[in-house]
Amino acid sequence: MIESERHVLVIFPHPDDEAFGVSGTIATLIKNGTPVTYACLTLGQMGRNLGNPPFATRETLPLIRKKELQDAAAAMGIKDLRMLGFHDKTVEFEDEEKLADLFSEMIAELNPSLVITFYPGYSVHPDHEATGRAVIRSIGRLDKSVRPKVHCVAFSNNCEEELGKPDIVHDISAVAEQKLATMRAHRSQTALFMEDMENRAAAKDPETLDRLHFERFWTYQWND
Amino acid sequence: MQPIEKQKVQELLKQFVNQDLYIHLETTNGAYATHRDASFFNAGAFIRNAKIRYEIGTIAGDGPFRVGLKMDSGWVYGEGLTHFELDEKGRLLMAGLDHQGRLAIAFELSKTPFE
Repeated sequence: MIESERHVLVIFPHPDDEAFGVSGTIATLIKNGTPVTYACLTLGQMGRNLGNPPFATRETLPLIRKKELQDAAAAMGIKDLRMLGFHDKTVEFEDEEKLADLFSEMIAELNPSLVITFYPGYSVHPDHEATGRAVIRSIGRLDKSVRPKVHCVAFSNNCEEELGKPDIVHDISAVAEQKLATMRAHRSQTALFMEDMENRAAAKDPETLDRLHFERFWTYQWND
Repeated sequence: MQPIEKQKVQELLKQFVNQDLYIHLETTNGAYATHRDASFFNAGAFIRNAKIRYEIGTIAGDGPFRVGLKMDSGWVYGEGLTHFELDEKGRLLMAGLDHQGRLAIAFELSKTPFE
C-alpha cells in the first residue's frame, strides 16, 4: 500500500535513474492524486551506449536523452519535470553547499511530505552519491519536526549488510505496464535489454517479475 | 558517425591546423565497472572546451586508429578510435566504440565552444 502524500519531490542526477526502481511508485502516487515533482540534475551526457552502428554522437546524446526523459515523465503522468542543467559525472565536483541551497529552495516552494533520492554512501555512481548527500544536507537544515520523510534508493554491494533490508516495499504490479513504458521511453539506455526483459516477464521468470512488481526503499536514518 | 576512413580523417585534421580550437577528449570504462567487477581498476579522463592549437595532426594505425596533435609546446593523443563524423556545425567528432556500441573514447575538435 502506497500512502498518499501532500507532495512528493523526486531528485535524481540522470534521466533513467527513476525508471528501474521508482517509476511504479511515482505512477501509483500520481494515479492516487499525489502531485509529484521530478528534478533531474543532468541530461546523462556521458552515457556510454551510442550503438554500433551508432545512433548518436557525444554531442547529440543529451538531446536524445532529454526527449526520452520527457517521454518517460509523460509515461508516469508527471506534470512537473525540472531539468536542472548540470553536466553528467560532474555533480560531485560542484559546491555541495550551493547544490543543497538549490534543493532547499525547491523544498520551500513545494513543501513535500516525502522526498525520494539516493542513499548517500550506498548508491555507487559518484553523481548518485553527490546528489543524495546534497539532498540530505538540505533537509538536515530543517528542524526535525518539519522534515519531510526521505525514502532512499540504494544498490551498493554492501547496502543490505549495512542498512539491513529495505523498510519500504511497494507492490506496484497494478502499474507494471506504466513502469515498462517508462523504461522503454529511455530507449538509448534500455533498448539492448528491454526485449529480453519482456520475454522473461512473459515467461514468468520470478526474478524479473519481482523487479517489475516491487520497488524497495530505505527510510533515511537521521543521526540527530 | 560512420566507421573511420583514414584518408578522410587525415584531410580533416589537416584542415584544422594552426587555428584556435576547442577540444573534447574523454576516455571511460563506465561508472559501474568496479561495482560489477571489484578486481577491475577503473580510470578515465574528461576535458571539454579546453582551447587548443596544433601544427601537426596525424591519424595512425589500421583500425582502431590513433590520432595525435602536435602543439607548440606539447602533445595530445588518443587511441582506440573507430568512428567519425564532420557534423552540421563543422565539428570533427571522433569516437571509439566497443563491439556493443559503448563509447570508450571521444575525441572532438570544434572552432566554437561545445555546448
